[in-house]
Amino acid sequence: MATTFQSPLYASRRRRNRISMALAFAATAFGLSWLVLILAVLLWEGFSGLSLSVFTEMTPPPGSAGGLLNPIAGSLVMTTIAVLIGTPLGILAGTYMAEYGRYDGLTTVVRFINDILLSAPSIVVGLFVYEVMVAQMGHFSGWAGAVSLAVIVVPVVVRTTEDMLILVPDTLREAAASIGLPRSMMITKVAYRAARAGMVTGVLLAVARISGETAPLLFTALNNQFWSLNLNAPVASLPVVIFQFALSPYHDWQKLAWTGALIITLAVLALSIIARLLAAQRRSS
Amino acid sequence: MQPTGRPPVVDVALQGSGITVADQVDRARVLQRLRLGDAAYRQLTRAAAITVLIILGGIIVSLVWGSLPALRTFGVSFLYEDAWNPVTEKFGAIAPIYGTIVTSIIAMLIAVPVGLFIAVFLTELCPMWLRRPVGIAIELLAGIPSIIYGIWGLFVFAPFLQQHVQPFLIALFGELPVLSYLFAGPPYGIGILTAGLILAIMVLPFVTSISRDVFEAVPPVLKEAAYGLGCTTWEVSRYVVLPYARVGVIGGVMLGLGRALGETMAVTFVIGNAHRISGSLLAPGTTISATIANEFTEAVGDLYTSALIALGLILFVITFIVLAAARLMLMRLNARVGG
Repeated sequence: MATTFQSPLYASRRRRNRISMALAFAATAFGLSWLVLILAVLLWEGFSGLSLSVFTEMTPPPGSAGGLLNPIAGSLVMTTIAVLIGTPLGILAGTYMAEYGRYDGLTTVVRFINDILLSAPSIVVGLFVYEVMVAQMGHFSGWAGAVSLAVIVVPVVVRTTEDMLILVPDTLREAAASIGLPRSMMITKVAYRAARAGMVTGVLLAVARISGETAPLLFTALNNQFWSLNLNAPVASLPVVIFQFALSPYHDWQKLAWTGALIITLAVLALSIIARLLAAQRRSS
Repeated sequence: MQPTGRPPVVDVALQGSGITVADQVDRARVLQRLRLGDAAYRQLTRAAAITVLIILGGIIVSLVWGSLPALRTFGVSFLYEDAWNPVTEKFGAIAPIYGTIVTSIIAMLIAVPVGLFIAVFLTELCPMWLRRPVGIAIELLAGIPSIIYGIWGLFVFAPFLQQHVQPFLIALFGELPVLSYLFAGPPYGIGILTAGLILAIMVLPFVTSISRDVFEAVPPVLKEAAYGLGCTTWEVSRYVVLPYARVGVIGGVMLGLGRALGETMAVTFVIGNAHRISGSLLAPGTTISATIANEFTEAVGDLYTSALIALGLILFVITFIVLAAARLMLMRLNARVGG
């Protein structure tokens, strides 16, 4: 026995195991350290600029003080409209895939295409909406920005709706059918209720996704230095303002960009944590 | 509405409960309305599902339509010419294509091994109570918007690389034949390498979470059998788990690659936007998405705009192929698990 445990082969296997397991630990520490580093810098740089005036004043010209009120409002409005357009569309499409056509060819194709849209480059979505709306209307507009965000919302909602509806036990559907409910009511009154938490999670994740999206807004909603919620004109948004201010040579603007970045990150992280808690609650109940 | 012969079952059941003919007519009307509503809802959901296809079709058609002027002017040479001159209106896509591919390769070279090791940690080594928190933390990394990576990369990461890492790399590889070429030139901070590193951090969560999911799907019996033979944890991971999960891992890697190829904002901040191909990884370059983001709103003239849209079309075709391949692999995997 003693010779086995001291054999060079055994020793080298153990050594190799120890090295690779150390690497696994190191890799995890490496991955997590980025999260810590990014959040630490964000808090450090952004927190000092965080004050009430950020939420009450307009974006300043270079060299003077100001806030981020107009981009925050613009982002909120465009995000809201995008969710209002994208969510019903996504839920209906997901409903077809999970309820009416679970096994038909259309569903397979839509699922495949939807998964590709889910990871398609968002800047391409911006080009698409530019061609379809901005070029046709002749000017940049908040509507175009909202539509391009909606195009990003749809695949996220389709995916979660389908996944959540498929998880609803068929016995619930059978029970609903047995008391004579027509299929549409069975879906809206029974299946949706059973899958509600999951579907809300999907919408929250979609909001988290689009609230940081910059690329599709660059040439749809463009940007606006002033207070404007006119959706037929260019509208400022937080990510685009961060992009513009961060790349500017002015210190005040860079400071505001950090503060804006902090606001977005906190909002996005809060949304995804709430979404996760909702999902976890559902699993445990 | 009155049927002939035997009364319908429903009517038999309702006999003697005071139902009048008028009620029955009402009932028929209600049923008719429900039937209509049902059909309408079905068609509505179907239309929504088809809309998803229309969106994709619209993206392809509008990109092709928008890039026609450029493609007609330059033809196939658009793909391999390296000129990018808005003044003389000469455009070629090879420099952005090169930048896109090289930054993505750097990102994958780092993210894939690190992601796989994290997945091994999460499935084999990590104590149960720590698994969820670590997994969630890695996934939060995926939730951080790309513009945040961009601003962080520009103000924190690039100066750090410039002052500490790049001089070291230049000194280290300066004497070696091939590597001295890759790591030549002054340390700019921003450039291809920086963009690749930022992309690696962004892609890492995707690779990690899919690898973890497919590692967890490996039947415990297989692992237990290997442990029973006396295999070490490393040997189980390398020779049992990884081969079993191979297809899923490749799918996850390609999904991450699709992200890296199309990522815009983080790259735009740190790549330097220089339309040239240089051998050194430290030199500024550009990618397809960064070019579009930087120049689209300033593009004057139809040909310039059209050339940028043609770049978008190339990007979309590349990512479409990569993502489609990734999905097909993952679908095949699901079919195997399900069947």
